[in-house]
Amino acid sequence: MTTGTGNIVAPLPFPTAARRELADGQLRANLRRATHTIRDKRLRVVGEVPDWPALRRSGAAIKDDVLARLPELLEQFEAAATAAGATVHWARDATEACTLVTELVQRTGSTEVVKVKSMATQEIGLNEALAEVGIEAVETDLAELIVQLADDTPSHILVPAIHYNRRQIRDIFASRMPGVDLDKLTDDPPALAEAARRHLRAKFLSAKVAISGANFAVAETGTLVVVESEGNGRMCLTLPETLISVVGVEKLLPTFRDLEVFLQLLPRSSTGERMNPYTSLWTGVTPGDGPQTLHIVLVDNGRTETLADPVGRQALRCIRCSACLNVCPVYERVGGHAYGSVYPGPIGAILSPQMTGPDAGANRTLPYASTLCGACFDACPVRIDIPEVLVHLRQRGVDARRGRPSAERTAMRALAWTMRDRRRYAAALRAARRGAAPLRLVTGARGQVRRLPWPLSAWTASRDAPLPAGRTFRDWWAGRDRTGGEGTGGDRG
Amino acid sequence: MRIALFVTCVNDLVFPATGQAVVRVLERLGHTVEFPVEQSCCGQMHANSGYRAEALPLVRNFVDTFGRYDAVVAPSGSCVAMVRESYPRLAGPDPELAAAVAELAPRVHELSELLVDVLGVTDVGAAFPHRVTYHPTCHGLRMLRLGDRPLRLLRAVRGLDLVELPGAEECCGFGGTFAVKNADVSAAMLADKCAAVCDTGAAYVAAADNSCLAHIGGGLSRRGRSTPGAPRAVHYAEILASTEEEA
Repeated sequence: MTTGTGNIVAPLPFPTAARRELADGQLRANLRRATHTIRDKRLRVVGEVPDWPALRRSGAAIKDDVLARLPELLEQFEAAATAAGATVHWARDATEACTLVTELVQRTGSTEVVKVKSMATQEIGLNEALAEVGIEAVETDLAELIVQLADDTPSHILVPAIHYNRRQIRDIFASRMPGVDLDKLTDDPPALAEAARRHLRAKFLSAKVAISGANFAVAETGTLVVVESEGNGRMCLTLPETLISVVGVEKLLPTFRDLEVFLQLLPRSSTGERMNPYTSLWTGVTPGDGPQTLHIVLVDNGRTETLADPVGRQALRCIRCSACLNVCPVYERVGGHAYGSVYPGPIGAILSPQMTGPDAGANRTLPYASTLCGACFDACPVRIDIPEVLVHLRQRGVDARRGRPSAERTAMRALAWTMRDRRRYAAALRAARRGAAPLRLVTGARGQVRRLPWPLSAWTASRDAPLPAGRTFRDWWAGRDRTGGEGTGGDRG
Repeated sequence: MRIALFVTCVNDLVFPATGQAVVRVLERLGHTVEFPVEQSCCGQMHANSGYRAEALPLVRNFVDTFGRYDAVVAPSGSCVAMVRESYPRLAGPDPELAAAVAELAPRVHELSELLVDVLGVTDVGAAFPHRVTYHPTCHGLRMLRLGDRPLRLLRAVRGLDLVELPGAEECCGFGGTFAVKNADVSAAMLADKCAAVCDTGAAYVAAADNSCLAHIGGGLSRRGRSTPGAPRAVHYAEILASTEEEA
């Protein structure tokens, strides 16, 4: 098994990166508006499906079946796709995948490729690898194009430019889009779309090579499926002579019929649409129609490693819908860049560290980037229990570092030792109460303290802290027992 | 009915009034409450931080302490969720403990579950003539699925003016050790929650978890230092315990 590499390694610890993003007030406002809009839309269209819970269970069961039979289904897919005229390649990690694709493009002699938005190619850093050998990759998804023109990185799985508002997008187009008509360019969405359309149309018509990912890969038939809403994908998948599709090995579905479930789950969960606008399916090569050369690159990049963990493997059910990002209160405040990986938000916090292993960059800080509020699990169309996996990864991290000194573990141990014995626990409560007594004198009636020493200063930096009460509950109870019930009244909190 | 109170460690030390309120409400309804003194902490902080080995003795202590009761009640959605949702997973590798957990867990109730589902009461005879807004804490909302049980109890309180909290289902940003490990993000979430609470014009924000309330209340108290009249945080059990005489 090889661990994953590429753009899935957080360079900075999450709290540090988050602090940087939190300082950007415009970003906070943009994210709040965008996530709440998609969130509300999703709730409406999911609420109108009476068998949504059953659909979610089906989606999870189908994906679990795929994960349980992955080697067999991959071979079945390879055989079916090959029989239909495709050439199937296998890549262990990002480097191998990039080398493979680069060579395939170089063999065509093209120095420009058009791209369908694809998370797998973002993950392996394909655009950067192509640029190194002088091949320009043109992103044709509107949001991905915005990010590419801005020389930025995506901050959302589905809406990579979610961190920009339309005024900022207008500015990016005005300064970065070659040949843009500045007179017609306003920050009106139709005007922005028109500018992108004009820019891209020339690329579609001239490109000889397209690169795509796939939302699904059907093992039974060797079919690939791309789900998109702008029609740019359809252009890329049909116009060029050569198509190279980069697909994570977990994208498989056993049968064509399984699409029934996922084509209901995905659009409602991702864009909040009842039906997806452009769903393209292709099986190998059709003579005289569409690309005449089809390469499929199946990428592992840490997925097998993830599959080996019985609790963590459910992350591989993910269909990249982004519902968990849109409902996440942490993502809403910090945006995607804070996670340092192309997979941000709750799913990224469990996917990135599993794919790379916990020691890559600052990925071990990602499982702590959650309050465990559970909104992600509720929204997930394939029922990935993200809070369960987050806690599991925290536990794996703690277990891996046992035997090494840690202030946190010492504290946790001391606390557990105290709490599992009634007398020790009662004594500790009394000590805490007594220790707080002088503080109570200075806080007065409010009973809230404004500044505490480290490490609790992290608490009092932004909120007051309550003090232990004048009398613990158990002391009150003991006094009440002695006086026979109601006698001693209550302490007002 | 023999009801045992699991007061929770945070309430025992910092918010004893909440535990006292549970006792008053249940006794007023004619039930006998017992407080097994062997109880300590459910182990949630340990388990959620990845310290399973440290949490397990606390799971055992909980099972030993409460196994003999018909019903266990706790004024904390997240501690009850810990017992019902996380104990089975933690105890899993130990068949004996897992069996004991499976036997006990269904009898462990958050206060509103005990009142509404087990005892069949929504009017507990309380009076609280104030404007109140309610924040459904995450574990009560999404793990226990408390739904509108606490709201039904509050609506039956005399004089209480219950106002809706916009964005109520959004996490307040507490998240246990998250509040200190990711203090900046936690503070950003808290600021939005406090603003929503203040906008309701309520005098009190109530919830089913004093840990979240310590966070929200701490934020409101900090705001109150510059803008007096900020709402106060209160556990809804204390509202249910209030009567006409005190009101």
